[in-house]
Amino acid sequence: MMEGFTPILLLDMGLLAMLVVVAFAVVRLRSLFAIVMLQGVYSLLSAAWFVSLDAVDVAFTEAAVGAGISTVLMLGAMLLTEREAKPVPFQKQLGPLFIVTIVALAMFYAVGDMPAFGDALSPANSYVGADYIAATKNDIILPNVVTAVLASYRSFDTFGEVVVVYMAGLGILLLLGLNGNAGKWRAKPNGQNITGRKNTAEQREDKP
Amino acid sequence: MEQALHYLNVGTAMFLLIGMALLLGRLLSGPTLYDRILAVNSFGTKTVLFLCVFSLIIGRQDGIDIAILYALMNFIATIAVLKFFRYSALDVSMNYSSRGDLSKTVVGKAEMSGEDT
Repeated sequence: MMEGFTPILLLDMGLLAMLVVVAFAVVRLRSLFAIVMLQGVYSLLSAAWFVSLDAVDVAFTEAAVGAGISTVLMLGAMLLTEREAKPVPFQKQLGPLFIVTIVALAMFYAVGDMPAFGDALSPANSYVGADYIAATKNDIILPNVVTAVLASYRSFDTFGEVVVVYMAGLGILLLLGLNGNAGKWRAKPNGQNITGRKNTAEQREDKP
Repeated sequence: MEQALHYLNVGTAMFLLIGMALLLGRLLSGPTLYDRILAVNSFGTKTVLFLCVFSLIIGRQDGIDIAILYALMNFIATIAVLKFFRYSALDVSMNYSSRGDLSKTVVGKAEMSGEDT
């Protein structure tokens, strides 16, 4: 058996293999509903993988945002569009494929310079990080160093981020309106129904 | 004894992963939308169980919290999906009672029989 081969590594490999399958399926499938469902599955799988990497905070965020809210948001977006994605002609795919290949090669090139997972001598762990880990226990009475850094050491920064997110949400709400049309609205430029479907909200009012 | 329990946990996690892979196959192949909804819902349940078993394996209790959050979030997503296909809208009031025949709702018969793959 290989050196350092643990059962947890096998579980990680299973999770990552399923992530790859889901990612390819999201790209290949045409049914938008299936893609929305698969994105939920992708977020579930990646959060399980984050837990296995000891990144519990990230897994928590992924669970709340990826699995819960973004599925609902994607469904709301699907109300405004078609249910099927149109196939893209092959000539239009060549340019993006070129860019993606270049970026992927650059990332594979950069992987060689990354420190190993959990390396105590990596740059992130050796300079300021060690000071924070040592000082958190005395400075801030919190067991989690990540929470201590986010909510206490750089709390003004986090407060600014929260304000930005709040402003973005408020702006979107003001644009879409709070008059009860959210989720029922269908795109009709110049009175034309571009979705090719009848407005179901109007249909309901006609025939109660 | 402890070692045996550890291997029991690892084996359970492996079988949960196999179950997740089978559900993924059902999710990809369809054939109808309701197969997919059920597959996603039970995939969420499998993930909750997997996180519980995994936090036992690595000996951290934080995984249980995430598993609880997942159980709640999975419920929200499923309700949203079902509302989407029942009413084609997400903000339906709870006392909207015009139920009617499912085949006459906005989803239509073509989508229910799943001609998308």
